[in-house]
Amino acid sequence: MREIDSRLIEETVRDMCIDACINLDDSVLKSLEYNKSREENDVAINILDILIENAEIAKNKSIPLCQDTGMAVFFVKVGQDLHIKGKNISSAINEGVRKGYTEGYLRKSVVSPIDRINTGDNTPAIIHYDIVDGDCLEIEFAAKGFGSENMSKLKMLKPSDGIEGIKQFILDTVKEAGPNPCPPIVVGVGIGGTVDKCSVIAKKALFREIGKHNSEDDIKNLEIEMLEKINSLGIGPQGLGGNTTALAVNIETFPTHIAGLPVVVNINCHSSRHKKIVL
Amino acid sequence: MIELKSPFSEEEIRNLKAGDIVKISGVLYTARDAAHKRLCESIRLKEELPFDVEAQGIYYVGPSPTKPGEFIGAAGPTTSYRMDDLTIPLLERGLRIMIGKGKRSDEVISGMNRYGAVYLVAIGGAGAYISNSIKSSEIVAYEDLGTEAIRRIEVENMILTVCIDTKGNNLYER
Repeated sequence: MREIDSRLIEETVRDMCIDACINLDDSVLKSLEYNKSREENDVAINILDILIENAEIAKNKSIPLCQDTGMAVFFVKVGQDLHIKGKNISSAINEGVRKGYTEGYLRKSVVSPIDRINTGDNTPAIIHYDIVDGDCLEIEFAAKGFGSENMSKLKMLKPSDGIEGIKQFILDTVKEAGPNPCPPIVVGVGIGGTVDKCSVIAKKALFREIGKHNSEDDIKNLEIEMLEKINSLGIGPQGLGGNTTALAVNIETFPTHIAGLPVVVNINCHSSRHKKIVL
Repeated sequence: MIELKSPFSEEEIRNLKAGDIVKISGVLYTARDAAHKRLCESIRLKEELPFDVEAQGIYYVGPSPTKPGEFIGAAGPTTSYRMDDLTIPLLERGLRIMIGKGKRSDEVISGMNRYGAVYLVAIGGAGAYISNSIKSSEIVAYEDLGTEAIRRIEVENMILTVCIDTKGNNLYER
């Protein structure tokens, strides 16, 4: 059985947190540049330029792209033939977050929900596990900011609402959010499952690289259609007008109950910070 | 581009129009959710505030920690609507400028008209870019709140857009 030391997980997670919050993902940068080339609104073009410059400044000065370095969210695939020595995996990931957010000068934004006392090190992380075949460990991390998280929504549609109901709910959610979630946004949509599963797959959708589509053709087409519709709303970068409201719409689905059609729209800002590593 | 220097007079603020680009230099105070709650609680209890809001500007920001050799960390705006229910008492005391991003409530917009204040927007998510216009930062109150403490910052040529003016014109409702 393959063994890895929990300290390797700690160090890997530490580095991922810092890297993701400082260095803008290539697919996001390319998407900002592409959208700048097709944008017609001068204010919007100027904002996209500043966002590209912001990424350069963050990289050169090694400071976060955005002060909201988020809650640390992980999707972890654990090969069932892998043995982890030392701490348990959740403790190792949290220790990595603690080190990354402290040593990397990232903002500690996590508080107890009612009395609002800061935990001081951005833990606990939100960790979703999947047990898979093999002996590898895949760790995906995202720093999830809350300006956009706050604009996310769940709706339990009726089965009869169907695809049109889903489209309308996505559009209504983006329209109501307007300038608040820092457009251009990435729209993660979960369709099906239960309340909890639907939220998790919507979040998982946000981890997908910009420009990559769902492998099922009908869902891919829905992503393309919704991106066009969202970009026709005229919200634009920062809500100040233009046709760059979203960089991507990523949709994930899961079978659901005969009585239900849950939909979650989970919004991410343009500062879509994520990393993936396989150990 | 219109240049503004703190402190801000009611007259110059009432002359600004939605869509104007302004360049601010001078002193601003940072405050977001938790600090607003404490400020309003102090006002309710008739306690002295940690700084005089008359003729000043508040920037809704919770910066990331300052690295050695820097003045401040990343320092972009946070979403403003969360401060809406805690804004009127500050406008009553002469707050002239609020800087953030995103929508404001009708109550705040009519308060801006009544007391003479504007709402400016900075680019959300451009925290590294905006930090370049901040030249100093010191905590003046609520240090226990960490990133949410009130800081007195000095800015130089901070470029912002007038989003909602004192007449209620609103760039988000073009």
